[in-house]
Amino acid sequence: MRGIEVTAGELGFYSCHTCNLVSKVSRDHHEAHCARCGSHLHHRKPDSISRAWAYLIASYILYIPANVMPIMHTSSLFGAQSDTIMSGIIYLWVSGSWHLALIVFIASILVPSAKLLAITFLLISVQRRSVWDPMQRTKIYRIVELVGRWSMLDIYVVAILVALVQLQSLATIKAGYGAVAFGAVVVLTMIAAMEFEPKLIWDPKRNRHEQTAV
Amino acid sequence: MDLSSLIACHECDLLQKRVALPRRGVGRCSRCSAVLYRDSPSGIERALACTLGSLILFLIANAYPIVGLEVQGNRVIASLYDTLHTLWLDGREDVALLVGVTTMVAPAIQIGLLLYLLFPLHFNQLADGAIPVLRFLQFVKTWSMMEVFMLGILVSLVKLEHIAHLQVGIALWAFGALIPLLILAVSAFNPDEIWARVRVRGAA
Repeated sequence: MRGIEVTAGELGFYSCHTCNLVSKVSRDHHEAHCARCGSHLHHRKPDSISRAWAYLIASYILYIPANVMPIMHTSSLFGAQSDTIMSGIIYLWVSGSWHLALIVFIASILVPSAKLLAITFLLISVQRRSVWDPMQRTKIYRIVELVGRWSMLDIYVVAILVALVQLQSLATIKAGYGAVAFGAVVVLTMIAAMEFEPKLIWDPKRNRHEQTAV
Repeated sequence: MDLSSLIACHECDLLQKRVALPRRGVGRCSRCSAVLYRDSPSGIERALACTLGSLILFLIANAYPIVGLEVQGNRVIASLYDTLHTLWLDGREDVALLVGVTTMVAPAIQIGLLLYLLFPLHFNQLADGAIPVLRFLQFVKTWSMMEVFMLGILVSLVKLEHIAHLQVGIALWAFGALIPLLILAVSAFNPDEIWARVRVRGAA
């Protein structure tokens, strides 16, 4: 098989996304189901680009309150204080735990922003039917899928601090609106990455081949 | 032509022939090197053992406190449930739901459904509704984030270390052991074991 690169789609084969069974379906067949597991069969995930854009744009919008609004309110004997994601990191840095500041910075600032940009890049490249290094773009997609969940770190930290620091008169911590927005960004970008169809990265390649062959 | 000998890459759609794998071998896409299929010898037994272990650890992780804190005689002990409860009482139901689903509900469903599929498979049978269950399991897996939660616990412990005396609870150790065990269970479980037992409609 090696050498003759042919995709299932080109031969009119549909691969089931649940059980991987390859089946032959006629093109004009709208309601095709997998003969083994009954899943809906489709050539590519339906409307994947517009769905991914929708979730992505929502994430961009929520990304602003997630970073500007406080994720945590602390009140103690020494007064009240509100922390955004960034001010929390700066606090960690100046209080001497630079390694922790680095972990939180990677999980809460670097990963979410890099992920937003990476999905944007993938979507634009796919829409423009780019043929630029599909392997490289597939790797980007895999990294996005792999690291996205780690951004939940700050939400969990806030949740645990809220539960532990309930010392009546001494100190209490409450979660702020920023935490809600940030959680929503993480969930929405994860859905955007799931909606994205990686096969679209490779599709223009074969069309280019066809054109040169003709 | 026998279509069952073919496999299309789920990431780049390249059509390839399935080949017999060596023991513990992995079949990768020849174009984008995505993992297409695996050989996991006695995978069902290993997956079942690891999932049962995960179940026990999961119960411990949820029943016992994760961490305790003491400042000037004031003592607070927090289990996973307490964490959700406090968030809820503070009016942060949204955050409580997000944390609850990803650290408690999704892992519980994941472990439960794995057992539901694996027990009958151990006796070479297929559970009722195995196909929708498997499909749901693939979905739930994405939202089960205990490993991130674990890192969150560690980060908060370091944050509080300066201001209070901390006591690490049993649940923290249970979480620490549960995470690799559940990963082992998931990687030992080969869904092809299920598909091999499902008869294809229209096939002889």
